[in-house]
Amino acid sequence: MQATVNGERKELPDGLTVAALLLHLGVRAERVAVERNGTVVKKARHAEEALAPGDVLEIVTFVGGG
Amino acid sequence: MSDVLRFGGHEFTSRLVIGTGKYQDFPTMQKAIVASGAQMVTVAVRRLDLKAQGEKSLLHWIPKDCVLLPNTAGCFTADDAVRTLRLARELEIGGPKPLVKLEVLSDQKTLLPDGEETLRAAKMLVADGFTVLPYCSDDPVLCRKLEDAGCAAVMPLGAPIGSGLGLRNPYSLRMILEQAKVPVIVDAGVGTASDCAVCMELGVAGLLVNTAISGAEDPVAMATAMKLATEAGRLAFLAGRIPRKLYGSASSPLTGLI
Repeated sequence: MQATVNGERKELPDGLTVAALLLHLGVRAERVAVERNGTVVKKARHAEEALAPGDVLEIVTFVGGG
Repeated sequence: MSDVLRFGGHEFTSRLVIGTGKYQDFPTMQKAIVASGAQMVTVAVRRLDLKAQGEKSLLHWIPKDCVLLPNTAGCFTADDAVRTLRLARELEIGGPKPLVKLEVLSDQKTLLPDGEETLRAAKMLVADGFTVLPYCSDDPVLCRKLEDAGCAAVMPLGAPIGSGLGLRNPYSLRMILEQAKVPVIVDAGVGTASDCAVCMELGVAGLLVNTAISGAEDPVAMATAMKLATEAGRLAFLAGRIPRKLYGSASSPLTGLI
């Protein structure tokens, strides 16, 4: 299926959950937060929340800032 | 001496909050944080770089006992700021009422805060359970409205972000200080150590500094200078300065002269 991750269109395996997506993308950062179609996905729901074709996902972390 | 700054369940003995942006490298940033004595540092929320996995992230370099203060830098609407901080909350910043720095800017050139959008965002965030520290213009009326909206502090600018111009309007700041029942933190505009002392001597509760440290030729030395100036300014405020007089006033007795 196709989805947009951090502004880029990506071809992803069907039936991924948020947790599986992070694994698929090799995300190893200490802390990330995920937003799906404009709504935050709580960490406790990462393993349950299933993605759908056309989803818009944002994966964010902390960077330096003032 | 117990001189503690309190917000949202946290207690700080350091009154200097520093930013983590624009350092040449993480080790320098880490040394500057330690030298500044800061117990709270600001961080920004951005897209994870999916191609740079495996590198040590920012958080690895921030001392573990530092409270993280996520900001909304780069947001130009209240909705963007609220969205950013809802994501920040998922980054385990901790506590039932996480501390956040709200910043809604008006335009790229001046980087001046948009008061209307800042106030709108502040109301949404307070309702959502955040401990809100808003960056704002040095307008006593806006500061009062932000306080009435439930903000835990107000953070008026000394001068535009990154300008290093120092405190441009001490009179406005004095009015804000006189009316405020929450801590007043000067955020933005500090250029060098004496600017820290000037602000603290007026009675502000704290300072937020980024560019003046990260952009200094020796950021670690500047962080040390600002730590000392902030402490000196605070002590001078608590000590109570003498009134300004137009004419001289002798320090030695005028009686018993030979």
